[in-house]
Amino acid sequence: MAWLIRSKARLLVSATRPLRAPVDSFHCSRFSDLTDHSVFSFPRKWLRSKARRLNDVDDNQSGSSSSPHINRRTTVSQLEVSSNSRVRVDLFDELKQRFLSFKEHKYFREELEHFQTLKEAQSPKFMVIACADSRVCPSTILGFRPGEAFMIRNVANLVPPFENGPSETNAALEFAVKTLEVENILIIGHSCCGGIQTLMSMRDDGDSSFIKSWVTTGTVAKLRTEAAANHLSFDQQCRLCEKESINRSLLNLLTYSWIEDRVRKGLLFVHGGYYDFLNCTFEKWTLDFKGSSGEEGARLLVKDQELWC
Amino acid sequence: MGSKSYEEAIEALKKLMSEKGELKASAAAKVDQITAELKTASSDGKPSDASVERLKEGFIYFKREKYEKNPALYAELAKGQSPKYMIVACSDSRVCPSHVLDMQPGEAFVVRNVANMVPPYDQTRYSGIGAAVEYAVLHLKVQEIVVIGHSACGGIKGLMSFPYDGTTSTDFIEDWVKIGMPAKTKVLADNRGEPLGVQCTCCEKEAVNVSLGNLLSYPFVRTGLVNKTLALKGGYYDFIKGTFELWSLQFALSAPLSVKDVATILHWKLY
Repeated sequence: MAWLIRSKARLLVSATRPLRAPVDSFHCSRFSDLTDHSVFSFPRKWLRSKARRLNDVDDNQSGSSSSPHINRRTTVSQLEVSSNSRVRVDLFDELKQRFLSFKEHKYFREELEHFQTLKEAQSPKFMVIACADSRVCPSTILGFRPGEAFMIRNVANLVPPFENGPSETNAALEFAVKTLEVENILIIGHSCCGGIQTLMSMRDDGDSSFIKSWVTTGTVAKLRTEAAANHLSFDQQCRLCEKESINRSLLNLLTYSWIEDRVRKGLLFVHGGYYDFLNCTFEKWTLDFKGSSGEEGARLLVKDQELWC
Repeated sequence: MGSKSYEEAIEALKKLMSEKGELKASAAAKVDQITAELKTASSDGKPSDASVERLKEGFIYFKREKYEKNPALYAELAKGQSPKYMIVACSDSRVCPSHVLDMQPGEAFVVRNVANMVPPYDQTRYSGIGAAVEYAVLHLKVQEIVVIGHSACGGIKGLMSFPYDGTTSTDFIEDWVKIGMPAKTKVLADNRGEPLGVQCTCCEKEAVNVSLGNLLSYPFVRTGLVNKTLALKGGYYDFIKGTFELWSLQFALSAPLSVKDVATILHWKLY
């Protein structure tokens, strides 16, 4: 069935004409018929005055975001079409303002020379694997500037082992290690991770979903956590599993020969990190390659452990 | 040398300098070099320590300037997240959405991979990206999915350069960027004879559209579009020119088909 889906999906993608009957009345617009197509590129004078106005907008936004609305929204399908498109235009406009602010403050002013260098090529020292969670962007919490970190973000910052076959994570690993030749790989986990929570509460009830298919990569971490900490509360077990999963992923990195080779030669260093946003602390540790092994019954030895708070 | 104390070594050096003045310049240079090495060396002289120290500074800055100055925001975020956006961006170090679109903590659920690809629905091969889209749409209930491409993308350049003639030169990269093959085909057809650089730029944008189309193969995305709880956008960040393009995918239904009918028809078409 998978190939059927793929081939049908490809048909859908390449369709620049409406789908044939019986779906004549349903269509995707041609991709080249761009609607709400905006190119953001404005002269500097205009940008500066806009930036001044943006500062006011930012103040308002930060005021309202101090207590963000977390409860479920009412469904927007009840809105009229006209007001819905107004909402959509506002979100459009929002992205535009943000880009222009970035361009004015960072691209042109603060880091112009830096950006000139980056136009040619990137040579980041770090490869970072972090969770897709909106609260844990490594650029924000660790202050990576453009050009400093090649970043993968996926659900629960998991690194599957080599034998699991191709995935987006290992394609990025290969690019970072072999082409960009990064010097450090840093896997960052975090507190209250939804993916880890799903992993810990998963039962073999045959109910399949993408999330479950993906987080089973962390099953070893779950089993080890349950074995070691069954007496603890579910939340406490999740906290432990978040860290155990980082360690399992660190060991999974060593299942890639081109990573293991470089780590052994001291050309590449592998680190784990844990961001606890309940207390705002960051724990960091480095894989001690000489003491660890990637095979069956793998064990991990760490060194240079630090807690930043 | 190591057996002497450093005072004795300094005395010996002074004596040598007074006896052989011509050595002064080279000795001074050597002292500078050793001093520099000592400054950067850690307990076992690893170059990564300077990099890690940089991270510590970054974290302390974040904690002082952001976390501690916005206690209400971060207290709310500690309880849960409700981002409006899901962003699919490239892993390239130059295009982090937190910088380019000034995304603050809590605003965007961000997936980053090589060449910002979204593959079509496949629970076996592509569970990673599928898990992210599923979580964002069904659990976080994001309003917008934005797929952002960018200039000088190494992944797209790979897609345009790899021969795909049965031989492979990478373990995983060729297989991954092949998701954008419909874009390559279209670009080669429309831009025959153009230099590779021009073709790559076209492909960078067209691949975003391929990903947007692939998103439609996820049932929960289609449901969201039909119910108007979700919108799809494509973006292109050109860091050479300093521009950002943004466009939206028009998703329309018209009477007399009801939503249920169309969903059934779509289901039939894709399976």
